[in-house]
Order: sequence, then structure tokens, then C-alpha cells
Amino acid sequence: MMKPLLILVGFLSGAVAAWAGPPDGPPVSGYQMMTPETQQLQDDDFLNPAMFLVDRGITLWGREWTQGGATCQSCHSDIASDMAGVAARYPRIDPVSGQMVSLEGKIISEIAGRLGAPAPDYESEDLLALTALIGFQSRGMPMNVAVTPDSGPWIAKGKEIFETRRGQLNLSCANCHQDHWGEKLRGDTLSQGHINAFPVYRLTWSDFGSRQRMFTWCMESIRSEPYAYGSEEFLAMETYLAVRGAGLPIETPGVRR
Amino acid sequence: MLDRTFRKNLLLWTSAVCAASAAFADTGPLTEVPGDPARGLAILRDGSLPSCLICHQISSLPDRDQGQLGPTLDGVAGRFTADELRLRIIDARKISPETIMPAYYATDGLFRVGRNWAGKTIYDPQQVEDVTAYLMTLAD
Repeated sequence: MMKPLLILVGFLSGAVAAWAGPPDGPPVSGYQMMTPETQQLQDDDFLNPAMFLVDRGITLWGREWTQGGATCQSCHSDIASDMAGVAARYPRIDPVSGQMVSLEGKIISEIAGRLGAPAPDYESEDLLALTALIGFQSRGMPMNVAVTPDSGPWIAKGKEIFETRRGQLNLSCANCHQDHWGEKLRGDTLSQGHINAFPVYRLTWSDFGSRQRMFTWCMESIRSEPYAYGSEEFLAMETYLAVRGAGLPIETPGVRR
Repeated sequence: MLDRTFRKNLLLWTSAVCAASAAFADTGPLTEVPGDPARGLAILRDGSLPSCLICHQISSLPDRDQGQLGPTLDGVAGRFTADELRLRIIDARKISPETIMPAYYATDGLFRVGRNWAGKTIYDPQQVEDVTAYLMTLAD
């Protein structure tokens, strides 16, 4: 009697540990935790402050990065069809380099490589705008990052980072965004910590920000040393969170509280 | 076999907890100056410090948007002695190793603490005393 029960318990806990998603049910977008006013701000393209990034991105798409040089459009002439679904697949193992790369990382390497211009900085308006423009072409499509033998270690590393307690407040991402989502942390309803709306306009910042800016902000909030923009740690977190939130529709450009 | 291991672990765990409690039960006030409940309340409301109200509720306070993550602090003075409350503020891990409550006066066992906070505690000793004194006013 004892043994089968133990085996069953062992099997169940193993199954739970292996499953990367939030503990109860399909992933829920942070959109569902927003007030109706904030939801409306995201839903209305004419009100959504983050649409500024998309507009700016359209201008940059046709820009020559060096005098007389190529533009994004030179190769990707029809952005709506060429870029549809692309953002939903990032981060991914780049077929050219064989390296894991985020969407921002890919844009940086295209500009610095193929287009021969200085690499844009993380959180620069140029990089946010191009990321938002490409993300916008996947709006409504499910996040769909491939789980492969190559991406597996990145997902595992991201999960470990997500679940590791850190900082003076000694909290992991999972402590709040996995174990207590939906509950009130002061005035805010804790989200599940998904990344399907970035880049976003965040009301708290009165500014735009990438996924990695959000990671940085969260880590600083718990008085922890954040990882660097473009670091392997942040790339691993993006990869894990994309898989954890697989199926959530891309909301780019999003609005968050 | 498994049963015996479990019992052994339980015994070890229980004695460890008792030892920890015993070691800390004698930890009296951290300072000579008695805690000031009014200052304690002010500390609790100081937006620059991680407030109890982020996670806990004190329904006698008019403060909006109190937290839901931790147990209510209403009547907490009736459930714990000052020494027991102080210990929970200093380092709640001594009571419950997996607690999500930050240790307000400990620097051990932390990972990647921000450079501005390295080696520093959330509260200084007098703040621990003041907040303890305020919580001890929360009788039923």
C-alpha cells in the first residue's frame, strides 16, 4: 500500500517539476490584470503611446544606415508579409551563426553586420522602434519559440534564474509571478510575468521599455544586481519565459501599468 | 526503510528548529533605547523602505492598497511575544526556512544583492525595535 502511493507521489512531483508553465492552467497575459482604462489604452491604436515606436520603426525601416547604403527594406521589401510571425519565434537559434539570439540581438547584428553601421544600444529609441515594428507584424499570433535540443539548455538556465531567490529582499521571480499571481501586492495585481507585449509603454516609467528593461527593473526592485543587457542570463530568461508563456498572443506594442 | 528515514529527518528537522528557536528566544531587544510605536508606524509607512503593508494587512490603518500575500497583522500582539515578533522581523527564515518574507536584519544566505545594498540590512537595529513596538500595539 505504502509503496505504490510513494511511487505515485514521486511520479506526480516529477511531472510537476518537469512542466515549465505556471502551476494552474494555461498562461494568463498581464493584460488580464490591467484596469479597463489601461486595457483600452493598449487596445486603441490611436491612444496607445507605444504606437509611436511602430511609427518610428516604419521610418527607420527605409533609412540608409550608411550613406548610399542598404536599408532594412532593401532585403525585406514587404514588412507585413516578410516579418509576420517572426517576433513570435524569438529568441531562437540563429540559422546563420548557430547561436541563441533575441530579436533585439538579431536586429543589432543585422545593423552592425550587413548594414555596416554602429550597433544601436539596448533601450535606444532606434532599437526599441525596430523591435516594436517587427513585433507588431506578429500581433495576435501565439508566442511560438521552438523547444529543441539546442534551445533546451537555454530554457533550463532561464528557468533556474527565474526560480533562484536573489537580492536583499531574497525573492525569486517565481515567488511572486508563479506562486502568488493574481494576488495584490499593494495596489498591483501580480501578473504571471509574461513577455508577450514587449516593447511596452509602461505608465510607471512614463517611457518605453524592452523585456530586458523589465527584468532589470524587477531585479532592482528586490534590491538585486541585475544582469547586463544582452547578457546570456537575460537571453536565457527571455527564452524560458517565451516557452513558459507559449501560446499567448503577441500584444506588441503593449501598455503596462 | 523509507519510513525510518522520514522519521529520522523529522527528528533532525524538529531539533534544528527547536535549537534555532532556543538560540533566538533569548534574543532580547537589539538596542538600549526602547522601541517607539509611533516611529515604528512611520517606518512602516515609509515608501523608501520595504513596508510590511506591501504583503500584510493592518485593518486599523486607513492606508489604501494593503497587501494580501502574508497573514494579517491584526491582533498579532496577542499571538506572539515581543521577542517572537522581533525574531520574525529579524529573520523569518529561522522560523520557516522557505518563507518568502525578507529578513529585515540579516545579510547571510543572500545571492546577488545589489551593489548599493551589499552587506547592509533592510532595517537598522533601532528600526527593528520601533516596528516591533508598533506591532505590539496590535492587540485584538
